[in-house]
Amino acid sequence: MIHFVLLISRQGKVRLTKWYSPYTQKERSKVIRELSGVILSRAPKLCNFVEWRGHKVVYKRYASLYFCMCIDDTDNELEVLEMIHHFVEILDRYFGSVCELDLIFNFHKAYYILDELLIAGELQESSKKTVARLIAAQVDSLVETAKEEASSLSNIIAQATK
Amino acid sequence: MNPFSSGTRLRDMIRAIRACKTAAEERGVVRKECAAIRASINENDQDYRHRNMAKLMFIHMLGYPTHFGQMECLKLIASPGFPEKRIGYLGLMLLLDERQEVLMLVTNSLKQDLNHTNQYIVGLALCALGNICSAEMARDLAPEVERLLQFRDPNIRKKAALCSIRIIKKVPDLAENFINPATSLLREKHHGVLITGVQLCTDLCKTSTEALEHIRKKCTDGLVRSLRDLANSPYSPEYDIAGITDPFLHIRLLKLLRVLGEGDADASDSMNDILAQVATKTESNKVAGNAILYECVQTIMSIEDNGGLRVLAINILGRFLSNRDNNIRYVALNMLMRAVTADAQAVQRHRATILECVKDLDASIRKRALELVYVLVNETNVKPLVKELVDYLEVSDLDFREDLTTKICSIVAKFSPEKIWYIDQMLKVLSEAGNFVKDEVWYALIVVVSNASELHGYTVRALYRAFQTSAEQETLVRVTVWCIGEYGDMLVNNIGMLDIEDPITVTESDAVDVVEIAIKRHASDLTTKAMALVALLKLSSRFPSCSERIGEIIVQFKGNLVLELQQRAIEFNSVISKHQNIRSTLVERMPVLDEATFIGRRAGSLPGAASTATAPSVSLPNGLAKPAAPLVDLLDLSSDDPVAPSSSGGDFLQDLLGVDLSPASQQSGAGQASKSGTDVLLDLLSIGSPVQSNSVDILSSNTSNKAPVSPLDDLSSLSLSSRSTSNAGPVMDLLGGISSSPPTENNGPVYPSVTAFESSSLRLTFNFTKQPGNPQTTVIQATFTNLSSNTYTDFVFQAAVPKFLQLHLDPASGNTLPATGNGSITQTLRVTNSQHGKKSLVMRIRIAYKINGKDTLEEGQISNFPRDL
Repeated sequence: MIHFVLLISRQGKVRLTKWYSPYTQKERSKVIRELSGVILSRAPKLCNFVEWRGHKVVYKRYASLYFCMCIDDTDNELEVLEMIHHFVEILDRYFGSVCELDLIFNFHKAYYILDELLIAGELQESSKKTVARLIAAQVDSLVETAKEEASSLSNIIAQATK
Repeated sequence: MNPFSSGTRLRDMIRAIRACKTAAEERGVVRKECAAIRASINENDQDYRHRNMAKLMFIHMLGYPTHFGQMECLKLIASPGFPEKRIGYLGLMLLLDERQEVLMLVTNSLKQDLNHTNQYIVGLALCALGNICSAEMARDLAPEVERLLQFRDPNIRKKAALCSIRIIKKVPDLAENFINPATSLLREKHHGVLITGVQLCTDLCKTSTEALEHIRKKCTDGLVRSLRDLANSPYSPEYDIAGITDPFLHIRLLKLLRVLGEGDADASDSMNDILAQVATKTESNKVAGNAILYECVQTIMSIEDNGGLRVLAINILGRFLSNRDNNIRYVALNMLMRAVTADAQAVQRHRATILECVKDLDASIRKRALELVYVLVNETNVKPLVKELVDYLEVSDLDFREDLTTKICSIVAKFSPEKIWYIDQMLKVLSEAGNFVKDEVWYALIVVVSNASELHGYTVRALYRAFQTSAEQETLVRVTVWCIGEYGDMLVNNIGMLDIEDPITVTESDAVDVVEIAIKRHASDLTTKAMALVALLKLSSRFPSCSERIGEIIVQFKGNLVLELQQRAIEFNSVISKHQNIRSTLVERMPVLDEATFIGRRAGSLPGAASTATAPSVSLPNGLAKPAAPLVDLLDLSSDDPVAPSSSGGDFLQDLLGVDLSPASQQSGAGQASKSGTDVLLDLLSIGSPVQSNSVDILSSNTSNKAPVSPLDDLSSLSLSSRSTSNAGPVMDLLGGISSSPPTENNGPVYPSVTAFESSSLRLTFNFTKQPGNPQTTVIQATFTNLSSNTYTDFVFQAAVPKFLQLHLDPASGNTLPATGNGSITQTLRVTNSQHGKKSLVMRIRIAYKINGKDTLEEGQISNFPRDL
């Protein structure tokens, strides 16, 4: 099972965190601090696995972002590596060649996508197309319309009151 | 209108934060935003609630406190629209975790949403439940989730399946409800549902044997068929990864087959063919293919024996091991580690490659490889392996040295074929990485050296040479100083020369030089200096010509700031100057250290360390908890019967320490027996400290009513305390707890009883007992007394505790309470404090009863519990 998912930037800034096992807020920040120290300092050609407190952390770097997943000692590391790639491809497809800025300004969307991919630390869907379809059905039809209405109204009001 | 409520948009806030040049500036922006959000929350602003929540999540990710927004999540979840609910659930999963009490408030909303007509809302609720549900929520909402496993839309079914995993992990009792719906998921065609269904079945099998049996019987063939269909399926773009159709599903199927095949020959048999097919046909040039192969190898190694498949699996690992990709090599090492138990011979074939991996650049691979080498070592290959490792020690990274040193020392100690080899290897390790060598290791070396009388000269000369080049290695210095002190004359006179040695000329003053360097080195710590001081005293008698110089060195330490050194220096100085007549006998060579004692001491410390965690209690006839019980357990005695252990325990100790303890185990008298027993041990372990024998007296006098056990308790306590220098803390803690408790033992309960609740009509008192070995649990005997002149009927007592406590109520002794204290009701409560030692107990109570048919209710909070319950 995946215990948590972390996205850390090259500078050690947290871009996304998802916890499937209970960690208190204090533990969470400690974990992030420790792991970013370990992972960011590893040389590029080394293997993508780090043993850490009896668990394993599988990480992969995509441009300026490190995608990390913490798994049990007995889990399949190679599969998790593939899972990270799966997630990145879905993000890429959704944002259209995704970059760090997309994930900063649309962090909530990244979370929604992750929620369609993983629940309770287990993989939910192996088809990129299905995930994309489900996200589109929810984000675009429901949220975006509501938001656009609201923002266009407030824009009109803002324009008018200028 | 509040000036803040218009606020900034999320996007603008993120921009503003990103534009900050310094951390202080960022804090300023965040503070302002938080203030605005707080104000908006206070105004109960509907319109901006979801935007505020989004901002809070971003602020939370930056690491600022956002607890004030938790209730906003609940409000958003309770609102009717999908966008609000969506952001509310996201906030809930991000800002809260399952241990927060606020979470309980959301149970009702979740229940409603699980029954919602909009399937996306149902999906949201399932996702939130799957990610953060607590045991209570799992219990409350399990029926809803179970129903959703049969929902028409497959996307809800798969979410429900994963949610069920969380539920059965939180509450394993619920597993049986899920067996049937879970197995029906295995027949699905939709990959998402199948993946989650297989995963759910795997977890069910792990939590309940009933499920395992059921699924093994009903589904094994179906699963084999699914895997075969999948492996043979034509190209499908939707699920294709690097030419393989849905590797994720492959892996999950293989994993479930592994669980089913383990320990069942029939099931294993039925999956042989497909495993062979997957192992041979899967492409291994991409990560996805290798992931499948890796999983397949694991399955083959775990299911019931099939020689042919095992060979196939080990070959795949061999291929992995020679792969250039570090990831593949890492998993190969990982897997070989598990394969060692099944087929050590096959793994030995790859020894050379594995040894290369120990020298890899990558710390993860090095660590794995070193562990593997460690289990591969045996008597036949120890010499070449250790040579390689020691050679590598010279060039290894500093942060890897500690691990490597520990492993080498342990290998050398375990498999050394002869003493000279052992000494040679240890000297190499000491001079390369002496600062990483643990105390037990060099103690052991000294014991071995002292026992190898024909090697004394050789060892001291080798150490002298090593010291010239590696004087900065603390432990090497210590061993050298000790050996020169003992065998200095052999160093100077080249006594006991072996053929392989080059002769060296060392004068007496050269030998003293070494000790002087050691004692004057700034980096030397107290132990080294103290050892050097003793060595000097010994040399002063062995080298009369240097006696004066040694005297001068010792005198310099008479003013040392460290009391120990100062005192020794003064004592030794007076030995040298005033007591010439006894000096030579005083500093004679130490008698040979008893190897058996040393080994026994080390071996004996193992069972103690292993079983401190579980120390069940022994209840004595008089109902008092027996504090000495954990000690009996430390020695792995059967503690159910207080009489039986006396003889078996004696044997155990005899074996352990190689002494005849018959006086102790035969006598069944009280104090006398224990004393004679301890004397034997005291002598044996040379710990004649009067403090310890005092504590024995306390123990034995208090435990005299259970005489047959007590000698043993005392023995074990002593032997343990004598080890405590080398052994871990827990044992000490146990002892500490015990030596302080016996005085109170005969005086009834350990904790004073309290009047927990008293009103004009009713009094409630609590008596406390604790079982030894389980400090978290308190057994509370509640006694209710009626202070009024009316009889109470239908008497019901209820209690509630905060989350860190667990409460168990036994049935009350009755439900009628006679008037004016003419009788009482008793009821037993069992409280487990998960924060034992940090928080004390607290409890809210409600007492309901009827006076002449009229309902009466009394409520109260109890917080006057004794501390540290």
